[in-house]
Amino acid sequence: MDLSYSAEDIAFRDEVRSFIAANLPKDIAQRNTAGQPLTKADFDFWHAKLNEKGWLAATWPKKFGGQEWTAVQRHIFDEECAFAHAPRIVPFGVNMLAPVLQAFGSKEQQDYYLPRILSGEDWWCQGYSEPGAGSDLASLKTRAVREGDHYIVNGQKTWTTLGQFANKIFCLVRTDPKAKQQEGISFLLIDMDTPGIEVRPIILIDGVHEVNEVWFTDVKVPVENLVGQENKGWTYAKYLLTHERTGIAGVGYATEGLAALKRIARAELHHGRPLIEDPLFAARLARIEIDLMAMSTTNMRVVAGADGGQAPGAESSMLKVKGSIIRQQINDLARRAVGPWAVPFVSEDLAGNTYHPGPDYSNRVANTYLNNRKISIYGGSNEVQRSIITKAILGL
Amino acid sequence: MDFNHTEERRMLADSLRRTLERGADWDALAELGVLGALFTEDEGGFGGAGFDIAVVFEELGRAGCTLPVLEVGLGAGLLADCGQDIEAVIAGASKPVLAHGEPGLRYDLGPITTRFENSAITGRKSVVAAADEADLMIVSAMADGAMRLFSVDPKGPGVSLHGTPALNGGTVAEVTLDAAPATLLGGDMAALETRLAAATLAVCADALGVMETVKAMTLDYLRTRTQFGVPIGKFQALQHRMADVAIEIEQARSAVINLAGNLHGPDRDRHVAACKALVSRVAHLVAEEAIQMHGGIAMTEEYALAPLSRRLIAAGHRFGDEDWHLQRFIRLSA
Repeated sequence: MDLSYSAEDIAFRDEVRSFIAANLPKDIAQRNTAGQPLTKADFDFWHAKLNEKGWLAATWPKKFGGQEWTAVQRHIFDEECAFAHAPRIVPFGVNMLAPVLQAFGSKEQQDYYLPRILSGEDWWCQGYSEPGAGSDLASLKTRAVREGDHYIVNGQKTWTTLGQFANKIFCLVRTDPKAKQQEGISFLLIDMDTPGIEVRPIILIDGVHEVNEVWFTDVKVPVENLVGQENKGWTYAKYLLTHERTGIAGVGYATEGLAALKRIARAELHHGRPLIEDPLFAARLARIEIDLMAMSTTNMRVVAGADGGQAPGAESSMLKVKGSIIRQQINDLARRAVGPWAVPFVSEDLAGNTYHPGPDYSNRVANTYLNNRKISIYGGSNEVQRSIITKAILGL
Repeated sequence: MDFNHTEERRMLADSLRRTLERGADWDALAELGVLGALFTEDEGGFGGAGFDIAVVFEELGRAGCTLPVLEVGLGAGLLADCGQDIEAVIAGASKPVLAHGEPGLRYDLGPITTRFENSAITGRKSVVAAADEADLMIVSAMADGAMRLFSVDPKGPGVSLHGTPALNGGTVAEVTLDAAPATLLGGDMAALETRLAAATLAVCADALGVMETVKAMTLDYLRTRTQFGVPIGKFQALQHRMADVAIEIEQARSAVINLAGNLHGPDRDRHVAACKALVSRVAHLVAEEAIQMHGGIAMTEEYALAPLSRRLIAAGHRFGDEDWHLQRFIRLSA
């Protein structure tokens, strides 16, 4: 047992920390701290900076230009980025599609798409969820019918995160409606400029345009845009889902969120004293902090296990459930902490309002609380995760 | 960063588990080195680190062992602090226990009212664990305005014990001292707090072991008990409760790891508070959920869950409960 980082890990952490300090523009960090939506230019800038350093795709295999970071290194990087309020790496191209192409794509697809992901030339979005297929993803209905050298795609995708910035979408489509649910699905790469595609914004409960509906009407997709084999898409989809696991607990975000919450609670007054001194509030805060201290170690146990060759399987479902609950509790307590300042609603994409009369720290606390209700829903709801735990870990 | 126990600790845990499965007595545990593992080489043992304590007590809890290893370990640690030789304790030949708590103190360590005057102690000590087995009682008392530890013969004059069974197994006693002859050992509050930190880790690790057994029993029951024609483990309402139990037990394990790794560090007390608050909460959850998921059978003394449920609930009442440690955590975090 050794709870501390190795000397190499600490040197790595220091390198990450100084790189971020030297390269992350203050205004991006400030807007991110305030919970303001970042622009495409913000993400593009940060991706380019990371790519120069070789850190955009650091988890990729070396033969594709990656660094083959260990799970511990990746954890350190994610945590430092969260602490510094750096933009997250938009995962769709780098961390979701790329591993699928590297494992199942053709040489031509790898040679064409992977460099464009790194350069930022392509912004990918994810065409998985449908109005009738949420946690039960395999029930998706978007159809692709082969006609000569093309597939003709008809249907609707939804919850397409940052699809408004994307020029490409990877899609799960049904190519064999007669086969068993999981067996008739294929994995298609589609150009967003193709005629017949329409992107409609979905304004979320926090008043922000973050996700979209993507409609497909007789969209012609060249057959060479099929990844792997027809009707094997479910295998690739599952592979993709297991690839986004190490950061699933969100410990970095939670740690930073807790620090921000404490800043609020020191600034807000309750009966003339700092709110953080109120016994009831302090008890709520302490419970969360104690849970997070344990969660951080639970997360590192899984991360260290991954580097020891134990693939994080169903354990990541545990991380997701508890990690999402802790983050939501932090957001909830922050909303309570700002008191009446939670009521003025900054909602530029909904009512066009960007004005908030309260202290800066209170501007988007309610929005963040509302927005993060999503984290116990997306990526397989917490109820789906509990069912995975039940079967895979508990054997019921 | 490494979350694996050393080879030595794994071997100790394995042999302790096998010995306990055979039904070990005090001599068998001493022979195995269970007491030695709790102390450093300077103190006459071969361990003494947080993870040594965690490994030993997790196994004792897993087996539901009610022998007073914790109480004697705590007593011997205090003796060692006062420069006493504890070889006889490690060999299993002596059982010293601490008598510190007093009526009305609840979980606070002071102020105590028991006093030392004219080479004798007068006062009352409350909920003293394993007192009826002890051959030496370490009694805290005020002497010249400071708390000091004294050795008292529990069978000697002026000492009366009123014993009762304890919720966690074993016994506790109300101890009345009426001018009981006592010898100064030394010690102070800081040294007592250090040993109580280790004892709190022991209670938490013990509870973790109990929780693992309770989890296994409950899973077994969910697989075999049928209602409405199916094993009850097929009902999603129970599956999801069990998933939450499993998640929280992992959190308890992490809290124990955090405390074990920080037991001799500068942030010790904050980790003691965090660990005990969390483990108390989770132990309570696991006990209640196990009882509920078992149904009526869990209410019976005949079924093996009963003593384990009691032990988990009792864990929350030893060395500070969840709220007491939560408040301490808040003070230490300010």
